[in-house]
Amino acid sequence: MKNSIMAFIKAISYYLPEKIVTNEDLVAEFPEWTVDKIAGKIGVSQRHLAGDNETAGDMSVKAAQKLFAENDIDRDTIDFVLLCTQSPDYFLPSTACIIQKKLGLPTSCGAFDFNLGCSGYEYGLAVAKGLIEGRIAHNILLLTAETYNKYLHPRDKGNKTIFGDGASATLVSTDGFAEIGEFSFGTDGSGAEGLIVKTGAARCKAKVNDEAFDENGNPHSSDHLFMDGKAIFDFTVQVVPPMIDDIMLKNGLVKDDINLYVFHQANKYMINFLRKLIMVDKEKFYVYLENVGNTVSSTIPIALFEACKEGRLHGNILLAGFGVGFSWGGCIIKVKDNNNIN
Amino acid sequence: MEFNDFVKNFHEVFDETDIELLTPETRFKDLAEWSSLHALATMTMIENVYGKMMSIEEMKTMITVNDLYNFARS
Repeated sequence: MKNSIMAFIKAISYYLPEKIVTNEDLVAEFPEWTVDKIAGKIGVSQRHLAGDNETAGDMSVKAAQKLFAENDIDRDTIDFVLLCTQSPDYFLPSTACIIQKKLGLPTSCGAFDFNLGCSGYEYGLAVAKGLIEGRIAHNILLLTAETYNKYLHPRDKGNKTIFGDGASATLVSTDGFAEIGEFSFGTDGSGAEGLIVKTGAARCKAKVNDEAFDENGNPHSSDHLFMDGKAIFDFTVQVVPPMIDDIMLKNGLVKDDINLYVFHQANKYMINFLRKLIMVDKEKFYVYLENVGNTVSSTIPIALFEACKEGRLHGNILLAGFGVGFSWGGCIIKVKDNNNIN
Repeated sequence: MEFNDFVKNFHEVFDETDIELLTPETRFKDLAEWSSLHALATMTMIENVYGKMMSIEEMKTMITVNDLYNFARS
């Protein structure tokens, strides 16, 4: 029997930190690069960086405050907080607990962090949907926030080009503008070292200072974020097309039923390559990277917000996230007619 | 495998480059559009379509389109 309670996305907002790094700024730092090359291939013209004393928790609070203000949401109705981050404020407690206090949410609400990157938004939607359909909670504040730039080596021009810091806030509720449909997930932990910060946590707490540079001047350091571009590219090409098929199958849809594809905004070239691989027209494939960069778990909610502003959210929207872990996940959201995101 | 078939597949990794520019002698890394992401996409294409795994070190030794073609059909 179909569960009578369904889960919906009710509202989305996002926050970007004040500091902006343009391609011109990066070329001044790395003169071997050109502005056009960066903008053309990566698709990013500028990215925002969290301040020295600004954390994922701080940005989450600002994103949530925007969500409440822009949508006239009574914060006393929030009964669960989920925060997706790999840049928590502390090892403990959960940053979500600190956020409960900072936002003045009821002490009756549940709160926890979960550690995922580019697939995190879909996992968050799935947990929120489970909480609602299990009648455990009714109004879930799903937050995503990342400060990857704090993990980057100062000479890591490739990743400094790609990643932007930012946070998003989504209200998942028993009603809203987009019904959350069925999901497809996957994990392959053999790819753990493909995107990793090796030191600082329990496995290796102390810094190891093993910095080395390759022939192109790119740093390799266990104390900073390392991304194996080829491994990521290979994994993405292997898992994303079958995941798209699985999402459609589980939702009883075929390709023509999908009105818009919103993928994790990894970089323009890679997602365009995926688009060609799954044979989807440009008109049905949303790209929003230019002014924000790859904000990890926030790329999809930011893209949804912007796509809605452009009037492009109608019908079946396919969401797909993939990255660090390796981890991937996706779902359909069914947007009602005359939707209004905020 | 014909060279023309290979070039059609190779051309898929480009967004702005005309297929006519991809001759056997073309030094593909000199093409205006070429980047490290294109290198990754090319290696992926060769593995997926031709079942030949190319390492980054091997990619560094590739100069012309013909080099890629010969690798794919080896």
